[in-house]
Amino acid sequence: MTPRPDARPGLAPERHCDGFARAQAIRRVLSGNAPVAREWDPRMPMPAGAGIDRRRFLAGAFGGLMTVYGAGRLGLTDRMLGDGIARAATLQPADSPILVSLFMQGGVDGLSLLAPAGNPLYEQLRPTLAVAPGSGPPLREDPSLTWHPSAASFAQLHDAGKATVIPGIGYTDPDMSHFTSRHYWEVGATDASLMTGWLGRYLDVAGDTTNPFQGLSLDGQMNPTLATTKAPIAAIDQPNNFAVYLNGVWGDAVEWSLDSAFTLGDAQRSSRDPAIAQVAAAASEVGIVRQTLQPFQTSSGGGSGTSANPGAAYGSSVTYPSASTGDLPGRLAGLAAMIAAGVPLRCVALTTDTQFDTHSGQEPTFDSGVQLAAESLAAFQADLEARGVDDRVLVHVWSEFGRRAEENGSDGTDHGAAGASLLIGSRVTGGMLGEFPPLTQLDMNGNQQENIDYRGLYCSLLEQWFDQDAAAVIPGSGGFPRYQLLA
Amino acid sequence: MAKLGMEAAVASLTRPRGAPRLIGAAPHDSQGAPLDPFNTYGDDYCWWLDRMVRSNQQLVERMTLIWHSWFATSESASSAQLMINQNWMMRRHALGSFHQLLLKVTVDPAMLLWLNGNTNQKDNPNENYGREMLELFTLGADRGYNQDDVHQNSLALTGWTNDDTEQGPVNFRFEPSLHDDSIKRIFGHRGRFNWRDSCRLAVGHATHPSFFIGKLWGYFVGAKLPRATGRELEQAYVRSGYEIRPIVEAILRHPLFYDGPRLVIPPVVWTAGLLRGSGQTITTTSWRWVAGLTGQVLFDPPNVSGWDYAQWLDTSRWAGRLEAVNVALGNHVLSGKTYPYGITENAAEAYEHAIAFWGGRPLSDRARHNLIELGRRIAAGQTAQWQQVSFRQLRQNALRNLVPMTPDWMTA
Repeated sequence: MTPRPDARPGLAPERHCDGFARAQAIRRVLSGNAPVAREWDPRMPMPAGAGIDRRRFLAGAFGGLMTVYGAGRLGLTDRMLGDGIARAATLQPADSPILVSLFMQGGVDGLSLLAPAGNPLYEQLRPTLAVAPGSGPPLREDPSLTWHPSAASFAQLHDAGKATVIPGIGYTDPDMSHFTSRHYWEVGATDASLMTGWLGRYLDVAGDTTNPFQGLSLDGQMNPTLATTKAPIAAIDQPNNFAVYLNGVWGDAVEWSLDSAFTLGDAQRSSRDPAIAQVAAAASEVGIVRQTLQPFQTSSGGGSGTSANPGAAYGSSVTYPSASTGDLPGRLAGLAAMIAAGVPLRCVALTTDTQFDTHSGQEPTFDSGVQLAAESLAAFQADLEARGVDDRVLVHVWSEFGRRAEENGSDGTDHGAAGASLLIGSRVTGGMLGEFPPLTQLDMNGNQQENIDYRGLYCSLLEQWFDQDAAAVIPGSGGFPRYQLLA
Repeated sequence: MAKLGMEAAVASLTRPRGAPRLIGAAPHDSQGAPLDPFNTYGDDYCWWLDRMVRSNQQLVERMTLIWHSWFATSESASSAQLMINQNWMMRRHALGSFHQLLLKVTVDPAMLLWLNGNTNQKDNPNENYGREMLELFTLGADRGYNQDDVHQNSLALTGWTNDDTEQGPVNFRFEPSLHDDSIKRIFGHRGRFNWRDSCRLAVGHATHPSFFIGKLWGYFVGAKLPRATGRELEQAYVRSGYEIRPIVEAILRHPLFYDGPRLVIPPVVWTAGLLRGSGQTITTTSWRWVAGLTGQVLFDPPNVSGWDYAQWLDTSRWAGRLEAVNVALGNHVLSGKTYPYGITENAAEAYEHAIAFWGGRPLSDRARHNLIELGRRIAAGQTAQWQQVSFRQLRQNALRNLVPMTPDWMTA
């Protein structure tokens, strides 16, 4: 029932000229037909924090030291290193911060996620759905609020200071349509006609023209939050599941054929004809994505299937929820491995399998969906810590709106206004941002009212996480408050 | 002569005689069962794809697709049956009067459900359709109207309703008691306007002709609409009484349609082209699944503004189109002991055979050179006598995979 605003404005082909030249240069270097580019010279200073890893990568690509790296810190098998990551890693410093945007689609019920359990008005509004006092962990700084029992992993992250909870986020004059409100959140403005995502605009301003990994959708398709006007971005399902197949072609001819298509793409992406350039750019970027992900192609042919621990396929030392519960654990496990491997990511966007549009029979959907998201994110955080890259990553969990304070007659809840967001990572302030929106102050539709503006949160993320002037990304940024998000 | 030839060619597209005919074998799934578009998930997609493959009135199908994106309606709000009903309506009006089309769309059940026209009532107005009608369908955002016009327009549109039954929504009708018959003011006009007036006022608005011409032009021509051409087409459009056919004909006759920049062929049109080019019909309903990978599922546009015709490709959707080629090649990969083109075929001939397999559309020299090089590369490693058949099969299969993936073949 949720139409997707698939914002995907045109890539301006002319802007790819520089990118094309660089990609060609890198390809020549990697094929051994050109001298090592100056920026790869080991005598040059490496970016702080990632220098050694990166050199090892490059050395691995050229000097046969792949197994040293692969068998070491990452726990990757010998299949899992190759030219691909080196090629992409050279496009962007590997120590840059990464923002992960996780969309809990459908409008997750904030009033169940963090509930005023025991509050008489709450129990009156939610006769069948109210979270019972003591059934879940109390919120550390305000015991009058109780985490839903399914959100126990969120509570643990929160208690450890690694999750900031924002119980009343939204915008004034909320639109209760999935389509519209989700679009507003994706584009970072209450502007229905804006065709670029807020992270996409950030990449247009601060990204480059050659690295599709700077904006990576793990949804298997474009994520509108990442939609750019010029910067290339990528969409994959899982890093070990980006296979392309040629019917009736086998052996070396597979690689030769794909190489032929990608080479034609490289050659024509700077075409003066925008349509030719669009198709060619996609082919060329498939080549880059495929090359970069080559190390993650598992011998089983990709995908984590219904594996009990999808992290195992990526050499993770932590246990993720079973892949049989959904794609989210495997996607996050793969993402952790990519980050650790130095894949040059900047903005990553993905969407829950669960649709939280719980108009009827809310409990089973909400419970399993929240539990899966919370446990997957807790495993992801632990994985990043174990791999030593947790300082580089911040996760923003959001939904297009909260749900009506009063439950409906179908053991469900209708569309609301203000809802909950979480910020997860080793560098967040923790605690609660804003206030719990009081049930005594519902809006004219009976919905909780926001006290944190999502655009102010975006501005703060841009400024504090990416050191980016929000004015270049968020329309009217000067009019929104700023919040302290990082410790 | 060229002029006459073009006139006749355009007329053969825009003025087809009689009812459309479907040429070739009826569609079926991989078990041989006929499609059941109303009841089987995905068969509605295959039903229309089949028309795009087999209809002898190709422009009518193309125009119907344009109206489907123009008045983007999603099955998610209604049903396959209501969407197919809407589809027939759009096909009937595909080259007729835009005013009539707008009237039909405004009270079309699938649209009433999609943009809440069925709950837009006197005491509880819903602006969803009233706004999109102006913004997306007739005038363009903020082109000569304001929020008051949207509100008053929505009131004019009140009165439509339906019954909800276990079989789904039925009995769509205008209920006078639900209609706000007060005096409204829309674009400066005053009157007791209803839904018919709403359509008339929108089409008659000063900014409608330029919106219509500009949007329709963009579906056919990659080049910017020249101002003078735009003015001429607007005048012709108004003079004709908002007829679609003469404008489409003028666009198809325009030099920029032939010489201007290319357009990326929409995924479903490209998919139909695979089947038409290789002389196939629908023999599997995998097409519905593949459509999702390519980024265009008929009856399920991404949102109310339709598909983004400016951007059809990204890494996932490129891989999705390759998946479509895989399906199209399902029974057409070469293997076994024989080779249809003979064992003296060289790389250039192999290329020509692959081009012919997909219907003969030629590629640019650059793509041609690229593919012949691939053919040579495959041949280079395979010289033993026993490989004379197998490597040629392999080479032909590789070329068949890649021809429709070239930028030339994906654009027009």
